Order: sequence, then C-alpha cells, then structure tokens
Amino acid sequence: MTAHLPILQVIVPLLAAPTCLILRQSRLVWLFALITSGLSFFVSVLLLQQVIESGLIVYELGGWQAPVGIEYRIDSLNAYLLVLVTGISTITLLAAQTSIERYLPEDKITFFYIAFLLCLAGLLGILATGDAFNVFVFLEISSLSSYTLIGFGRDRRALWASYQYLIMGTIGATFIIIGIGLMYMMTGTLNMHDLSLRLPEVAHTKTIFTAFAFFIVGVCLKLALFPLHLWLPNAYTYAPSVVTAFLAATATKVAIYVLLRFVFTVFGVEFSFEHLPLQNIFLALGLAGVFAASIVAIYQTNIKRLFAYSSVAQIGYMILGFSIGTSAGIMATLLHLFNHALMKAALFLALAGVVFRLNSSNFDQCQGLGKQMPFTFAAIVVGGFSLIGVPLTVGFVSKWYLVLALLEKGWWPVAALVLVGSLLAIIYVWKIIETAYFKPANPENAHVKEAPMSILMPVWILVIANIYFGIDTRFTVAVTQIASQSLFGATP
Amino acid sequence: MNLTPEMMLQLIILVPLLAAIGIAAAYRHPNVRETVTIVASVVVLILVFKVYGAFKNGYITSVHWLEIFPGLSISFQTEALGVIFSLVAGCLWLVTSVYSIGYMRGNNEHSQTRFALLFAVAISATMGIALSANLITLFIFYEVLTFSTFPLVTHKGDEKAMKAGRVYLGVLVTTSICLLLPAIIWTWSITGTTDFTAGGIVAGHLEGPLLTLLAFLFIFGIGKAAIMPVHRWLPAAMVAPTPVSALLHAVAVVKAGVFSVTKIIVYTFGIGLLQTAPNIDWFLYFAGFTIIMASIVALRQDNLKRRLAYSTISQLSYVVLATAILAPISIVGAALHIVAHAFGKITLFFAAGSIYTASHKTEISQLNGIGLRMPWTMGAFTIGALSMIGIPPAVGFISKWYVLMGAFQAHQTLAIIIIILSTLLNAAYFVPIIFAAFFKKESADNHSDHREAPFPIVLALSTTAFCTILLFFFPGIPFELAEMINVGNLQ
Repeated sequence: MTAHLPILQVIVPLLAAPTCLILRQSRLVWLFALITSGLSFFVSVLLLQQVIESGLIVYELGGWQAPVGIEYRIDSLNAYLLVLVTGISTITLLAAQTSIERYLPEDKITFFYIAFLLCLAGLLGILATGDAFNVFVFLEISSLSSYTLIGFGRDRRALWASYQYLIMGTIGATFIIIGIGLMYMMTGTLNMHDLSLRLPEVAHTKTIFTAFAFFIVGVCLKLALFPLHLWLPNAYTYAPSVVTAFLAATATKVAIYVLLRFVFTVFGVEFSFEHLPLQNIFLALGLAGVFAASIVAIYQTNIKRLFAYSSVAQIGYMILGFSIGTSAGIMATLLHLFNHALMKAALFLALAGVVFRLNSSNFDQCQGLGKQMPFTFAAIVVGGFSLIGVPLTVGFVSKWYLVLALLEKGWWPVAALVLVGSLLAIIYVWKIIETAYFKPANPENAHVKEAPMSILMPVWILVIANIYFGIDTRFTVAVTQIASQSLFGATP
Repeated sequence: MNLTPEMMLQLIILVPLLAAIGIAAAYRHPNVRETVTIVASVVVLILVFKVYGAFKNGYITSVHWLEIFPGLSISFQTEALGVIFSLVAGCLWLVTSVYSIGYMRGNNEHSQTRFALLFAVAISATMGIALSANLITLFIFYEVLTFSTFPLVTHKGDEKAMKAGRVYLGVLVTTSICLLLPAIIWTWSITGTTDFTAGGIVAGHLEGPLLTLLAFLFIFGIGKAAIMPVHRWLPAAMVAPTPVSALLHAVAVVKAGVFSVTKIIVYTFGIGLLQTAPNIDWFLYFAGFTIIMASIVALRQDNLKRRLAYSTISQLSYVVLATAILAPISIVGAALHIVAHAFGKITLFFAAGSIYTASHKTEISQLNGIGLRMPWTMGAFTIGALSMIGIPPAVGFISKWYVLMGAFQAHQTLAIIIIILSTLLNAAYFVPIIFAAFFKKESADNHSDHREAPFPIVLALSTTAFCTILLFFFPGIPFELAEMINVGNLQ
C-alpha cells in the first residue's frame, strides 16, 4: 500500500470527482468530498514522513520505466506542498456546505463539488509528477475546474471574471506547452529528471533559450506576478468566498512550485541565473508587485478585493526571496508559501462568514460589525496582524527569514523596502479594523448575527494554526531548510 | 508553598494574563472583577520582591521558554536594570489598580471590563520586557505592549480617539518595524546571538560608521523612548483615560522605551564599544535637544495633561542623556531616574485625573484656588513637581545628582548646561500651577462647588507622593540595584 502512495495521492480525488454524480443528495456529496480531501491529507502526511525518513520517492506509473513511462517524484519540496494543499482543501471544505448552499440551487451543488475535487486532483498532480507534459495536463485540469468554480459566484460579474481568467490562463498554459514542446524537440524526453541530464548539452541553443523564456512567462502568468496579475483581483473578488479561500491558498503556490522546480531541477541553477538576467527581472518585478499592489489595496472599497491585491503583493515577496538566488532566499520563499496560505485561507474564510450574513463585503456595509460578529472580525484582526508581520504570528516568521536572507546577501536597500511594504500592509489592515470597530453600525444591518459555527470553526482552526506555526516553527523551518538545500544541491 | 525563583519569574508574567481571563469571566460582576485585579497585582508585587530578593543574594534566575527560530528563544533572566524596572512596574500596578477603580467608577466610564483586561495584558508585556534575556524576547513583548495598549488609548471610541490612535500606532509600529526589527536582524546576522551580555555582543563584529548606524537604528527604533522626532505618539495618547496615561505613559510604556534603550546600549553594544563609535555624540545631542525642546513646548500648553505629556518627553530624555554620556556613574543615574520619574510622574497624572473627576476641569487656567478645595490632590501634585524639578526631599533630586555627577566625570559640559537649563524650565512650567492652585483666588463663575476626589483616587495619589519622599530618605533598594548594573570591562 505504502508503495503506491504517490499515485493514490492524485487518483483518489480524481476518481472521487465523477463518483459524486452517483450521489444525488447535496449533503452527501459534500460529506464525500470532505472525506476524500481528508484521505488525501492523510496520504500526504504519510508521504512527507516517508520522504523525511528515506529520501526521494520515485514511482513509475503502471510499472513503465522512465523516461518512456510517466514517473512521479516526491522529494521534500513537493511533499511539504502536498500536505499544505490537502490540509487547506480539507479545512475549507468544512466551511463549504453552509456557504455554498446560499449561493447555488440544489442541483448545481453536486457540480460544485465535482469541480472542487477536480481542481484538487489537478493541483496535487502538478505537485507529485516528475513528467513535464504531465505537469501541463494537470495544470489544465486544475485551471479549467477553477474557471468553473469562479463562475459559480453569485455576482453577475463572476462569469466575466472567470472568462478573463480563462483567457489569461490559457495564454499562460499555451506558453508553458510551447516551452515544453521546444524542450522535447531538443532533447527527445519529457521526463523532468531526464531533461535535467540532457539539457546542459543543448543549453546554449536559441531554442532552449526560447523554451525557457516561454515557460517562465507562462508560469508567471499563473502565479500572478506583477504585471501579469490582472486576472487575480476579479477572480478572487467575484468567486464564492470558499473558492477564493481555497484558490488564494493553493493555486498560486503550486505555480510557484512549478517555477522553482523547473528553474532549479530541470534547467539548473547555472543556466537559469546566468543566461537570462532572471535575478534582476524578478527582483524588479517582485518589488514593483509589492508596492503597486499594496498601494492599490489601500484604496479598495471592497474587503475581498483588498485582500486579493494583498495576495499579489505577498506573491511579490515570494518572488523576491527567489531572486536572491541563495538557499536562504529560497527558504524564505518556501516559508512564505506556507505561511501566506494559512493567512489568506483564514482571512477569506472569515470573509465567507461575513458574506454569508451580510451578502456583501463592501466597507460601507461592514461598518461597526466588530461588535455584532466578534469572533469573525477577531479572526480577521489576527489574520491582518499576520499579514503585517506582528511577532508570534506566521507572518513574522516569513518576514524575519526574508530580511535575514536579504541582509546576508548584502541587499540592505531591498530589506528596507520590504519593511516599508509592511507599513503599507498596516495601512490597509488598519482600514478594516477601523471600519469594523470604530465606525457606527449601519442601521440596516442591525439583524446581523455572528457567522455560523460551521464557518467559524474552520476559520479559527486556521487562525490558531497561524499563531501556532508562528511560535513553534520547528516543522516549517526544518522542512523548508531541507527542501531549499536539496534544490541547490544535487538534482534528484 | 515553595516556589523556586524560576517559577516565580514565570508567574510574574503569567499571573497578569490569568488575571485577564478572570476579568473577562467576571464581566457581569464589577466587584469580583476589581477584586481579581487587586489580588493579581498584590501577588505580582510579592513575586517581584521575592525575585529581587533572590537576585540581591547573587542568584541569577534564568528561564527558557521555547525556541522560536533555531538559535533564537524566548528567554528571561534577572539582571539589575530589569529588576529595577520590574519592581517599579509591580509597585505601581497595584497603586494604579486602586486609582482606576476610583476613576472609572467616578466618571462612569464604559467598557470597564475591556479596560481592566487590556491593562493586565499590558502589565504582563511590561514584565516580559523588563525580564527579557535577549533582543528577540524584548521585541516580541514590545510589540505586544504596543498592540495591547492601543485599545486602551482609543478607549473613548470617538473620532478624536481614532485619530489619536492612528498617530500612536503609526509612530510606534513604523519605528519598530522599519528601524528596530532590521537592527535586531542585522545584529543577529553579524553576531549569531541576541543575548544581553555584560560588555555587549557587537564588539569585534562591527566598527566605524556602521556601528553608529546600528546604534541609531536601535535608538530611533525604540519609539517608546519618545526621543524627538519620534515623540508625537505621546501627546496624541493623552486622549486616553487618566489611569491609562498614568500607568502606561508615565510608567510602563515610556519606561519600557528608555529601559530598552539603556539595556541595549549597555548589554548589546557595551558602553566601552560605543565610546569608540564615530559621531556617537549625536546621540547626546538628540537627547539634549529633546529635553530642551519638550520643556519649551510644555511651557506653552494650557491643557494640564498635555503639559505633563511634554514634561514626560523631556524627562525621558534625561534617562537617554544619562545613557548617552556612556559613563558608569551616569548609567546609575539613568536607572535611578527611571524610578524617580516613575513615582513622580504618576503622582502628577493621578492628580490631573483627580482634578478631572472632581471638577471636570482640564485646563491649567481653570485651576485657580483649587488647592484649597483639593488639598490632598494638590499637595501630592506639589511633591511630584518637586521631584521633576529635582528639589529635596523628593527623590528626583538624587537621580539628577547622579546624572550631573556622571556628566562632570565624563567632562560633558554640554550635558551639564542642558540639565541646569532644563531644571529652570521645569520650575517655570510647574511652579505657576502650584502657585495658582494655592495662592490665587477662584474665579466666581468657575463651577467650583466640588470637594476632594473619591477616596480610592486620593489614597493612590497620596501613596505615590509618599513613596516619592520615602525614596529620597531610603533610596537603598534602587540604588543598590543600579550599582549592580554590569557595564563590563571598559577601555
């Protein structure tokens, strides 16, 4: 059984998706999806344990040997992310039923969960696989299902946001497949490990250069690097909040994983950083993203949209860590992947509670709600503190390691800019706190009560995780250290 | 019950937090709630004295909680300066709790539970700062203090409070995230540790202009020390109810600031090392400028609390000036002034709150003749003022004496001139208040048919005034401790 864990990780949600069609009752479908997600989480934890004990896991699908067959390679980096993605999906599913019931008619709910499970399967597939084309296949599966999920939003603009994301996402995916295709053309293989062995010989050719460029741009579209982030604010704002919580915590992280995997493992450090001025480009775009997105966030009138722009800024931080080009920098990026996922999942899920009671997440509607929905807004406050980087929250851990990595590299002006970026975060988080606690309540909303337990519980699980991992950093620091060192070390 | 010093140290930080939970639970029963506060403050006071006792006998209590990052842990350790600060905070929490009960009930303030709860959390954070063993622990509790005092400052919840809250938080968080945090990370990355050690940890790792830069990052990063120009939060925080102003801004928050500055100068840099830093005199100049400028601004304030706020800014920079002189005697003066100013200033704020509670007067021009109606209050105010000016028999005289001695010894003529000048300015803005209160006639239209403030208030302010005089005659405890501050080997 344990030998087949890597494939089970992906197959279980993938097969569970169409199985939902058999179960007609929406509650039953939800329960089934929740159990599937829980099982996937369990599998991912086992995988992580296995990787930490015995190192890299290589699994050949159907027994067909690489490089002809498709193989799954699990090392510390993707095991860590598998745990994150499945954990987040399980917790958000806990809140999903109550929230989605409001949004969708009974007959559509089944399709929601099918799309959710397909999205989950797609993301897990991207993480687990060791084959370049397989990455593309699962990328498309997860993208198409996320377009569907976004389209389920109640606002009429949800369909338009979904369409915008579809166009941009498809462009991104097309660039990626062009890149992969060019690589295949030059090396004759699609297996990532094999590519890493064969690419150095052809690395000097224009074709590989082009392949690299197409691939990087395609991935950057998917991870919403400034200025390729234009799909994100609309997609996050108009999607159902549970979907936003899930996607904000996972989709862009998986895209960053793809970036890291290809840059470090497939193309190799020397090629990636020497042939293209990747370091400078990412440094500039990362900083630009942090500042542009944070400043735009301050002026938003809708809380969901504000957090969407905040996500773009945080992705900028992750890319900054990457641009440092040292193992410490990658460690900071990986830490922020995990921590930001926890923060944003908590925040968007709390907003799901607000939207559930209020049918809106605009600032003027949310005035004075701090008293009527104390636990929900307390969760938003803690999440906000985490975004700012207050000690004892996960946000502080990421910031510490990022600034440390920057100082070790000697880039102290960038370190100063990172800290100034935190100040911008303080401004937009403070806007929310002032609105919720200092403004008089809107008389129309006097009937609004606290969010239901089914949404509050997962929110607070995530909030407590925010604080716990901010204090006990042994797990995250140890795993990310192993992962970042292995990325810089021998190719697996 | 046999408690080890280690357990007592941890309890000093945990008891206020437990009290906060108790206060929250007792929200429907105000008397139970106040009892929880009083009991907790008595317990903390006893514990603080016991830990002091252990320290006096040469026992260094060391507690290690958990490792946040590899090599960086939240730990506590008793050390002379920290013990002084914890004693001051412990004594004054009890007194302020009594005072708050009188004040909050006398003014029928809202949200008293939230108030009492956050007060307890803030005290816990203050103790955490006092007893911290390294920079990261100090930083964590420093930030907890900022965020837990924010709702206290904005207690009134109106537009004015919100705006003041923005300034408060804005200045304190900006300085701590943009200046203090990078300074700590920089220190960590060059020395591999953040522990407070006699003689400092930076020696040998950094020198020249970078050393001065690091020092200034720390000094201005600790916004709570209210050195100009990062002082704006203090006058803004005066919108808070007076018990908050009294404890937090005359004692806990601001003392945490100057305490941190002194501690970092002595135990992270080492005064020997800083003496070699180029242009470190600017540290003294900034402190001196703040002393004089704040006193001049104080002269022009008619609002009593605002005048006291600027007086605080000025007095805090005395401590910073004393530290900036970088001589062992002046460090003793700095530590003594932390104690002297705490007791003196809290008396003054208590008096201001007492006047407000009894008569709703806030401006100095309204105070003619009030000394005869409220003799206890104005008597205490006089003693507090004497301490600020530095006249015996108030303890402020002793601390000023030591700071002056330190300045003489280090041949810092400018510091001596500043201290003398500011003493005159202090007199200039305190004496007229006392004169008007006792020797001017009340104006007829002043709604002055009031008596002394409620008993708890009078009790509290009499106690602190008494302590101010007591410490002049028996300065044993703070003096002994101040001499124990280990300044390491000096070149």
